[in-house]
Amino acid sequence: MDIFLQQLVNGLTLGAVYAVVALGYTMVYGIIQLINFAHGEVVMIGAMVAFTIINALAGSGLPPIVIVVIATGCAIPVCMLVGYAMERFAYRPLRRAPRLAPLITAIGVSIILQHLAMMVWSRNVLAFPQIIRTETYMLAGAAITNVQIVIIAISIAMMAALAWLVYGTRLGTAMRATAQNPQVAGLMGVDINAVIASTFLIGAALAAVAGVMVGSYYGVAQYTMGSLLGLKAFSAAVLGGIGNIPGAMVGGVLLGVVEALGAGYIGNLSDLCRIPGIASLLEERCRGDAHFILFGSNYQDVFAFFVLILVLTLRPSGLLGERVSDRA
Amino acid sequence: MERKLIITGVVAAVASMALAGCGKKDDGVIRIGHVAPLTGGIAHLGKDNENGARLAIEEANAAKPTLGGKPVRFEIIAEDDQADPKVGTTVAQKLVDAKVVGVVGHLNSGVSIPASSIYNQAGIPVISGSSTNPQLTEQGYKTQFRVVGRDDQQGPAVASYLAATRKPKVVAVVDDATAYGEGLANEVEKTLTAAGIKVLPREKGDDKKTDWKAIVTKLRGEKPDAVFYGGMDATAGPLLKQARELGLTAVFAFGDGACTDKMKELAGNAAEGLLCSQAGIPAQAADKKFLDAYKARFNVDPILYAPFTYDAANLLIAAMKKADSADPAKYLPDLAKIEYDGATGHIAFDAKGDRKDAEMTIFTMKSGKIEPIAVIKSGRTIPFAEFTGAAASATAAPKPATAKK
Repeated sequence: MDIFLQQLVNGLTLGAVYAVVALGYTMVYGIIQLINFAHGEVVMIGAMVAFTIINALAGSGLPPIVIVVIATGCAIPVCMLVGYAMERFAYRPLRRAPRLAPLITAIGVSIILQHLAMMVWSRNVLAFPQIIRTETYMLAGAAITNVQIVIIAISIAMMAALAWLVYGTRLGTAMRATAQNPQVAGLMGVDINAVIASTFLIGAALAAVAGVMVGSYYGVAQYTMGSLLGLKAFSAAVLGGIGNIPGAMVGGVLLGVVEALGAGYIGNLSDLCRIPGIASLLEERCRGDAHFILFGSNYQDVFAFFVLILVLTLRPSGLLGERVSDRA
Repeated sequence: MERKLIITGVVAAVASMALAGCGKKDDGVIRIGHVAPLTGGIAHLGKDNENGARLAIEEANAAKPTLGGKPVRFEIIAEDDQADPKVGTTVAQKLVDAKVVGVVGHLNSGVSIPASSIYNQAGIPVISGSSTNPQLTEQGYKTQFRVVGRDDQQGPAVASYLAATRKPKVVAVVDDATAYGEGLANEVEKTLTAAGIKVLPREKGDDKKTDWKAIVTKLRGEKPDAVFYGGMDATAGPLLKQARELGLTAVFAFGDGACTDKMKELAGNAAEGLLCSQAGIPAQAADKKFLDAYKARFNVDPILYAPFTYDAANLLIAAMKKADSADPAKYLPDLAKIEYDGATGHIAFDAKGDRKDAEMTIFTMKSGKIEPIAVIKSGRTIPFAEFTGAAASATAAPKPATAKK
């Protein structure tokens, strides 16, 4: 039981990060139907900038919390700049082009950002300076660290802030109007370009915070870290129904939990020597305390994507996606 | 794109070298190649290797050597393989074209293996001072040697040390699903099982994994006394850090890929007390005479494999002197059956070209630094302090004999 609870805690932390990154994918898709594959790279740049600042300030004697806040404060504008530049120079000129063109451009932007980061921060795995002391608390047999609590809390706060922004402000109304019909929104006096640019800015700011969280959680950063994280977050967005903001949150958390539980239990579940009917057939092989494991924990990612495929087969528009055919 | 440019540059350099090489012949200069990465992430290790070989050659020249009755001078041709197998083979061809009579290198197993066939075709002896992948000498090339141990000796060494000193009942073995990590983990598992220790079903990550929490949580439920991980420091650091965060108190042991000071940066205080192994002996345990000469010549201390490349270059020279010829075909048989006392101890090769009785060293992390605690030699565990003491007295005694050679 405590193991199950522990996997749940692991999964929730991971899921909170996925959810924050998935929001960036889903918001952009909701407005201009573009899958911004370079979003994972923005997360990476956030982590890298924070790494540089924390490294520079680590010896300054400032309290660790202040250093991390300053680092995050520097990472956010840098990422917003990257997000804005991406939209202004790579996607806006292609807004009227066939949909495949911006998609390929997004992949190109992702590769460019990755290699720029490689040139600036080298190919090496960078060790995030561990200035914050990790405290572990026991909660009914499950260990949870202060870093995990902060990650979950900040993720929830950011998601709440975003929900307020989208559903409770003028900018949010303009965003939703643009998402429904850009032409009509434009006729109603909404500045489409400004709205789209601000969507990229908000997504990039979320990505920057996610980057700092991932970096300080795992303690490592590398120029390639954005690609798999981006892919997972994109899957989370699809799982929840791409274009749907609550969907991205639900999808992210769900994907994180499924992944953690999958890695924890898939080995035991696929151990042929523990399955009564089959164990007797494999008597020779299973004698004594032997195991015959079909899928080890390295199938963690496979398991997550298997769940994704299953959900999409049953609900093609995702868990919370609207069943609107002209959306995609 | 960048790489293409570099390769074109290398090809151009090869061409000009080959042309230049045609002009000089039989001027009493004997060229010995040295290859290691001199640019990129491990350039400092490459330079260290090169310095070792350079020192050996300079010392040999100072003794005014003669071969076949004529005075000769040794010359080092130092090349950069960028730790890249593609560049490595290009550079190997370049050395062959420049008519080197022997090569010291390469640093990385992944580069040494493809390059070895080029040297073999040309019949040029090559001695690596740092490539530990077993495959290097399993290809059956008569020209390939190494003065460092093999990975499949490293696994049993760290496993037997773990079994003997920590006496675990249950051990979890984890790997990163690469040829290196899985191979090492298999050797460790074999040794542990043979010692009657229960080994849990293998857990696998990959070489980019940063999130080990799910696997560690599962392991915590199985309560292992020790965990062995076959993989590099980039993944081993997060694994160790997350294990301690989740309250797993088992002893952690690693192979040479995670036997670096970087583990301290990556895992923080969790790195204290880890065990790990490296093929060979630490540079500071090498012969005192070598250490002093290296420091005097280069004004730094040797980092890692310099004593081995120093010995490798000396072995080539010693074999040439014995055969009284710098012709690779003539001195190769002498190299294969050489008995030599070098900076890293006594060296002799087996039929495959591996060093007989190669030492393995076990390290632990103590106040943020990797420190040697024991040396494993021919299945025997020798505490490190005792080993260096023994090495000092052993090399002190036969010194006149080595000087005569």
